[in-house]
Amino acid sequence: MERRTIFDGWLLPAMLVLPQLVLTFFFFLWPAARAIWSSLERQDAFGINSEFVGFENFVDLFEDPLYLEAVVRTLIFVFFVTVIAMAVALVLAIFADREIRGRDIYRTLLIWPYAVAPAIAGVLWVLLMDPNVGLVGVGLNNMGINWDYRLNGFQAMLLVILASAWKQVSYNFIFFLAALQSIPKSVTEAARIDGASELHRFRTITLPLIAPTTFFLIVVNVVYAAFDTFATIAATTQGGPGRSTETLVFKVFRDGIVNVNIGSSSAQSVVLMVGVILITALQFRFMEKKS
Amino acid sequence: MATLQLENLKKSFGTTHVLKGVDLSLASGEMLVIVGASGCGKSTLLRLVAGLETPTSGQIMVDGRDVAQLDPAQRDIAMVFQNYALYPHMTVFDNMAYGLRIRGLSREDIGKRVQDAANTLGLGALLKRTPRQLSGGQRQRVAMGRAIVREPKVFLFDEPLSNLDAALRVQMRAEIRRLQRRMRVTSLYVTHDQVEAMTLGDRLLVMHLGKPVQLATPMEVFEKPANTYVAGFIGAPSMNLMPAKLGHGGASAVLEDGHVITFADGRRPGQDGRKLTVGIRPEHLRPEPGGIEIFIDLVEPLGSETVVIGRMKNGELVSVKIPSAGSIPETMSVVIAPEHLHVFDGETGLRVEAV
Amino acid sequence: MIRTGKVDWVAHSILLLGVALFVLPVWLVFAGSTQDSADIARGDMSIVPNLSQLGIYSSVLTEAAPGAQPVWRMMMVSFGMALVIAFGKIFISIMSAYAVTFFRFPFKMLCFWTIFITLMLPVEVRIVPTFKVMAGFNLINTFTGLTVPLMASATATLLFRQTFLAIPDELVEAARTDGAGPLRFLKDILVPVSAANLAAMFVILFVYGWNQYMWPLLVATDPRLDTIVIGIVKMIGHEALTEWNRVMATAVLAMLPPVVVVVLMQRWFVKGLTEGDK
Repeated sequence: MERRTIFDGWLLPAMLVLPQLVLTFFFFLWPAARAIWSSLERQDAFGINSEFVGFENFVDLFEDPLYLEAVVRTLIFVFFVTVIAMAVALVLAIFADREIRGRDIYRTLLIWPYAVAPAIAGVLWVLLMDPNVGLVGVGLNNMGINWDYRLNGFQAMLLVILASAWKQVSYNFIFFLAALQSIPKSVTEAARIDGASELHRFRTITLPLIAPTTFFLIVVNVVYAAFDTFATIAATTQGGPGRSTETLVFKVFRDGIVNVNIGSSSAQSVVLMVGVILITALQFRFMEKKS
Repeated sequence: MATLQLENLKKSFGTTHVLKGVDLSLASGEMLVIVGASGCGKSTLLRLVAGLETPTSGQIMVDGRDVAQLDPAQRDIAMVFQNYALYPHMTVFDNMAYGLRIRGLSREDIGKRVQDAANTLGLGALLKRTPRQLSGGQRQRVAMGRAIVREPKVFLFDEPLSNLDAALRVQMRAEIRRLQRRMRVTSLYVTHDQVEAMTLGDRLLVMHLGKPVQLATPMEVFEKPANTYVAGFIGAPSMNLMPAKLGHGGASAVLEDGHVITFADGRRPGQDGRKLTVGIRPEHLRPEPGGIEIFIDLVEPLGSETVVIGRMKNGELVSVKIPSAGSIPETMSVVIAPEHLHVFDGETGLRVEAV
Repeated sequence: MIRTGKVDWVAHSILLLGVALFVLPVWLVFAGSTQDSADIARGDMSIVPNLSQLGIYSSVLTEAAPGAQPVWRMMMVSFGMALVIAFGKIFISIMSAYAVTFFRFPFKMLCFWTIFITLMLPVEVRIVPTFKVMAGFNLINTFTGLTVPLMASATATLLFRQTFLAIPDELVEAARTDGAGPLRFLKDILVPVSAANLAAMFVILFVYGWNQYMWPLLVATDPRLDTIVIGIVKMIGHEALTEWNRVMATAVLAMLPPVVVVVLMQRWFVKGLTEGDK
């Protein structure tokens, strides 16, 4: 897309883009290139020499059952976070779109958690669900449910899914509500006059009309669940117990920064990079088709 | 084909009374146009009949059955919206078929009805397009088609032509009229455009501030406006209204500058000196010496005729419609044709007929 | 139009449930912050806050826990980081968005795609080499390292580009007719006209900067550069000697500033956020 009206000259625009280009080069492109390069190398035990090993790091990675487990675990985690965060948000948005008293107050009260950091969301849920301290955690144990997410991997996964989804509902709510509000009222009224029941209207008019937003949100939520939840997991379970809440991003961080396994960590980074590129490409293919 | 009756229909939003009691009765197949300035309650009236709003009180009878509390779906009505309200994600065919599918018609029936309507409206070649691929006029036709295929008891039109450009509006106006005549579907048509109102309706309902002011045929409304509001609203340019007093034992009106106009159709009741408002349409003022002196402000040539706007001695604006001529002088004397004089009460604004 | 008379009970109950879902956790943490640490540790916490204990907040702000920075200090680091990132990123992005929308110059599309591609390169996919680059520039444990690298990402640039593309041609032509050059146009027309979008962007970026976790974890190991988000996660790390009421008070303080910004600037923020995606 281009503007019709533009200014002449090339020096000024070059100066204007320069700062962002410099930052982009040094902090984005260069490290990314280094990541790709190191994924093709292997360092010796002392980290002094490295040799080119081709795709060996990748072969090792995909033969590593721990990595494959982490892939499956991440997919499950991403799926549930996305579905829960979007479903809850859609239901809330539908009702917040109705003409009811106090709807601006409801909207404010549903929007603010957007501002809560993923790490803080994790902290809140720990303070709530801790088996010894948290009100809900203690309550569950008093009810006879053996609740301790630090020992039970399933419970740990449940906790990180809930904490991560909880934080993302507001974001989805904002977008769903905007999408619902952009449907002209007269279109739903026309459907009423055509005799469509409320449920039928939702299925045949509302859902198709908000489909672009829904798709956009799926992409955003998948990226959020895959990447931004690092902080949530760090604040709640640190990937444990064992590895039961260790997602791919958490594993990259642990292998690269904590265990300093550069080759494997870089290969993992490259795999994630490919994942992000695929998702982004998919999103733009879809958006182009729409417009 | 159905009758439509409204009985003492009222609607308030909170403390705002939008409709203050409307009674109306449409014969089967009649087209009634509701006209009024924005905010007069005409759209609310339509939405009440459609079932999109619930009346505060009163009845809406379709074929003698009270539908006021029913869902739109159960009323068997169709509506054409101002912005067309087409389903943006559906093809033209699906837009028209939507209501029929909900009613459970068979595929063949739906296909046939949509095809018939499309042929009538000249949409045959566009059935596979989506609304965004259509021009304004084509969208308007689809909106009409969606209403037609339903074969409803009542058609509702909510300013359907207001988003079209002038030429297309004239063309669609004629088309709507032809279609309605042919299908003989009872119709309510809401507009603020007096030309649409005059040309489309079997009868006209003029509304003002939530109340019906006059219900009559278009010509009757034009020739015998019920009050000064209607007189000023219908007709372009607007009727000239001037304060006057009754004189000569009720036989004439005396303007403020002393001019006497003797009523052509007989005396008006009341004492001499009763406050009146007299109205005369611009086309009924003749330039002739010895009449009312006006100082000319503005000349608007319309081609076949010219509208002259001037001021009387007391500063009141007067418009005069005259056949186009050469140059217009700075002052002009005009004579009122008494047989075209409208007489209204000076206080209530209601029409005063000869006794 | 507002329907009168009928109350939509279904909508109210579902929305109230949603509100409770968000408010309750925060409420419980707030209630906990005003109670005795030992009670909480015994799992004996009331859901009613003890308002006489609100003094805990000033105590938490000023007195450092053993081995940690005082909360006010960490809050200041967070504020600094959020503000510098927000203003810096807005500044850089306006310039680059202006260049790619209002000019035609060699390699323009290359510049645009270079900026665009950063969308596909979150920190998480280039952790180790980024750390090495930062070390190479001596930016580890510096405030510059904490903030400047985060100013480059494409989101703000793309958003401003959208806004600028929507500026009517007539406005540009009018300004040029009035004799405004490119820089004057940017300063006198474009920035004021886009004020609402700037406000929205500020909210989004302030929240983004405040909420960072992995980045400071990576580049700032020096406790003096601990942000409040890093600090609170460290606090709940060692449970045995935790003063729970202080942790809870800190958690409340840590989330308060971005929430306040979002609520106060809600109108612009919602509009700016949702206009960006299409």
